[in-house]
Amino acid sequence: MSGGVRGDSDKHSAATVTVRIQAEDFDIASEIAALAEGRADIGAVATFTGLCRDEGGRLSSLELEHYPGMAERAIRTIANEAAKRFALTGITAIHRYGKIAPGCNIVLVVATAPHRQAAFDGASFLMDYLKTEAPFWKKEHRKGGGAGEWVSAKDSDDRAKARWDKR
Amino acid sequence: MRVVYFAWVRERLGKGSEELELPENVKTVGDLIAHLATLGEEYEAVFAVPQVIRAAIDEEHADHDEAIGAAREIALFPPMTGG
Repeated sequence: MSGGVRGDSDKHSAATVTVRIQAEDFDIASEIAALAEGRADIGAVATFTGLCRDEGGRLSSLELEHYPGMAERAIRTIANEAAKRFALTGITAIHRYGKIAPGCNIVLVVATAPHRQAAFDGASFLMDYLKTEAPFWKKEHRKGGGAGEWVSAKDSDDRAKARWDKR
Repeated sequence: MRVVYFAWVRERLGKGSEELELPENVKTVGDLIAHLATLGEEYEAVFAVPQVIRAAIDEEHADHDEAIGAAREIALFPPMTGG
């Protein structure tokens, strides 16, 4: 699954929803261009990119494990919900797996809408749900060799998701 | 039934999946976790605290009180840390 092939998109009340789980890196500009192509109703594009941190120089890489099948399905459910809730014109979510070095990309969300608040909210909503519902796990690899710990889930991620319930 | 494991659950059990014949009295996800805890030392250690284990039935999130029914695949894993 790489550039140019868009067979994995769903139409959701005129929103283009694209979800990809891949080992390869992604290109933000081309993902934005793909969402904007042929449309004149987009007034706002919000993107979020999550990168691998080195945690103060401790890490040589993060290893991302995922549950194939369920990972794409879970993110697609969230993306469809975001498209509907914020009346987005499009949303793209790409999550990488495998070993990722500090400074490299892990996840991308692009949300497009007629106005900025919906685009911001759509991207933010998707990330907050993805953190706690998409079946991915991170393991630290330390500098100087040796596997470190599995990253623990944070309560703050649960709270970030919960804030969408109140609206 | 096929049971699949991820992250430290997989690592500590030393396997990513297995086919299991489940006893009649295993009706829910919680029953399955309790049953697994009886299968040996590693299993006992991994499943000693059921609350830290999340589950999916046929690739959909499931609570511990959910019935397994005619599921094809049950996944057990720690809380997710993607993004």
